[in-house]
Amino acid sequence: MKKMTGAEILCETLVRLGVKHLFGYPGGAILPTYDALGRAPIQHVLVRHEQGATHMADGYARASGGVGVAMATSGPGATNMVTGIATAMLDSSPIVCITGQVSSKLLGSDAFQETDITGITMPITKHNVVVSRAEDVARSLREAFVIAASGRPGPVLVDVTKDAQQSACEFHWEDTAPKLPLKRYRQNYDEQQFARAVELLNTAKRPVILAGHGILISAAMRVFQEFVRTGNFPVAMTLLGLGAFPASDPLNLGMMGMHGEAWVNNAIQDADLLIAVGMRFDDRVTGDLRTYAQKARKIHIEVDRAEINKNVKVDAALIGDAREVLEKLLPRLEPFDRSEWVAHVNKLKGDSAVRDIQSLPDSGHLYAAHVINDLWKETRGEAIVVTDVGQHQMWEAQYYHHNQPRSLITSGGLGTMGFALPAAIGAKFARPGDEVWVIAGDGGFQMTMCELATIVQEKLNVKIAIINNGYLGMVRQWQEFFYNKRYVATPLVAPDFAALANAFGIRGERITTRGEVIPAIRAAREVSETVLLDFRVEQEDSVYPMVPAGASLDEMIRRPSSLVETSQEP
Amino acid sequence: MQTVVAYVENKPGVLNRVASLVRRLAFNIDSLTVGPTDNPEIARMTIVVHTDKQGAHRVEASLEKLVDVLLAENISGRAAVVRDLALIKVAADQQSRPHLMELIKVFRARVVDVSPESLILEVSGTVDKIDGLLEVLRPFGVLEIARTGSVAMTRGSDLLRPPAANESPHLEAVGSKAG
Repeated sequence: MKKMTGAEILCETLVRLGVKHLFGYPGGAILPTYDALGRAPIQHVLVRHEQGATHMADGYARASGGVGVAMATSGPGATNMVTGIATAMLDSSPIVCITGQVSSKLLGSDAFQETDITGITMPITKHNVVVSRAEDVARSLREAFVIAASGRPGPVLVDVTKDAQQSACEFHWEDTAPKLPLKRYRQNYDEQQFARAVELLNTAKRPVILAGHGILISAAMRVFQEFVRTGNFPVAMTLLGLGAFPASDPLNLGMMGMHGEAWVNNAIQDADLLIAVGMRFDDRVTGDLRTYAQKARKIHIEVDRAEINKNVKVDAALIGDAREVLEKLLPRLEPFDRSEWVAHVNKLKGDSAVRDIQSLPDSGHLYAAHVINDLWKETRGEAIVVTDVGQHQMWEAQYYHHNQPRSLITSGGLGTMGFALPAAIGAKFARPGDEVWVIAGDGGFQMTMCELATIVQEKLNVKIAIINNGYLGMVRQWQEFFYNKRYVATPLVAPDFAALANAFGIRGERITTRGEVIPAIRAAREVSETVLLDFRVEQEDSVYPMVPAGASLDEMIRRPSSLVETSQEP
Repeated sequence: MQTVVAYVENKPGVLNRVASLVRRLAFNIDSLTVGPTDNPEIARMTIVVHTDKQGAHRVEASLEKLVDVLLAENISGRAAVVRDLALIKVAADQQSRPHLMELIKVFRARVVDVSPESLILEVSGTVDKIDGLLEVLRPFGVLEIARTGSVAMTRGSDLLRPPAANESPHLEAVGSKAG
């Protein structure tokens, strides 16, 4: 048996784990691995900033359902990954980050480009580990993949010292199987809780399902649909749950929460039973907990035991993988005619027409909602949309209707500006045959726009729509509502994005009127290369409805009718 | 105050992970003790946390999510023996010494060091008992205190053992879906 270096073992392990793409940036402490990587059948994507590598791995994971892998050197390379790791942690996205580290004998000596990256990332990783011997490289990596993808997924960081990469040892794949600590086996199935849940499900008159990301993670779409239709349950979606249940289904109410539809939030407040599936009662979906769904009993289907009763006290907790739990529940679910309740909820929708900006006459103004709605129609809702964070993200959730799982990729929990462009690159590598659209604001786009160079270098076809309003729009909106329109630090100068794209060798176009939107989208879709569209939209538009932070879910700020007048100004 | 018992991997950094997690939940650790078990690869912790029952659930459930924590359980409210050990150096001259010895007997403390001006007492018991002893010693002049923090064990057949090899499925059963 010939000996292999730790670096060679690392690459061999990645190949055997089925890794085909790796997003990274080289540097001194990871150089031995890059040298070995040059001989491995893995496509390395050179990013322009290590934060981009983590978002790409994240986008790759969310688009594919697999594990995304990012690589960086020690010190600044590793610390640049922190934001992307935290993003993956908050949204339960399985990524493995591999960082180089100074040689083990230098650890703790403040050597060049040394940082304690495992210490830094301890609270924002599912697990992390320092590997300081070549013999431990393969097992640690294999364990990292298992940990990242199992249960509630999350990021794992593997920090490999330079000497571990350089030294050689014998390598037998069979001897490096994961050997994770033997945990207590918890019997998730609890008949008492199930019986309670079944009783509630079969007697509720005004139930609402709260559908979250967990449905997508556990691939429970089919059984979930059957569950919904058997019980005739109206379904409210979390932001990260969008796509888990077709938007076109009559029982799909749309998104709940801070910028959820008014009828959804009102239905939740009226409900006598909430069935939470793979969601965690985040403050952005509950509003004030003291007034949240007071009339409702609650069932919580959740894989992570620590989420039970964390924010909202529940009447039945069904711990486990969403698909497994739903499969157990389904046979005990009795068909129930809830047409009266469903009709009532649909009636709540009635007053929403005033909110619907689509019904406004074209007065020469361009609204973000127009752009996103047109994009939805032109792509027939079939594109993978990767959004950044802010107003455009909420408009996307309201005006782009997702029928397919894993068709919306967005930073929900951490709300990471700069996420969209790199995450879209990752998504494109995961699903090269699918149409990928970036929707980003002019603020967030400027945070990671250096990755345009990555797009060019990799010859990718990603469509980019910038919703450009000259403000950090969501923050401006908060200033408008809660700080008496004192716009401190939110007016924002941006480059001419179309010219910028051209400088990178990418097609770019500026769109200023509503009539130009559809032709521009069509032209962009006709070519098989990246196109950037800079939509100059209404500067001071706001996302409605809005539940102010800490307010009750039914205390929504609605679209003022005066806006109709505003839009009719010349 | 809630008492959580945990079995953890006996390796570097695990104490940091446990302490960091409780810190992240914004609970104050009243005491945390770690010691080896009969298996050199496994250590046992007793963590006393300033929180309510709800908070303790979050602590135990979040702790068990850490890869290196094998088991974590809130034993507050269960029949259990909870003990602290304290070493107390108390001023003792010719005059006060006989009086002190009386008190020591009542509290079943032991004198483990004698010097012309002071004694070191060793006492174990509940936190309340040790607090009580300190209270009565204070007038004599308490010079130094070293307390271990609580160790706890549930009574009788209520066993808290680290998971055994035959106890079954675990992470390894889940295949990775590498892309």
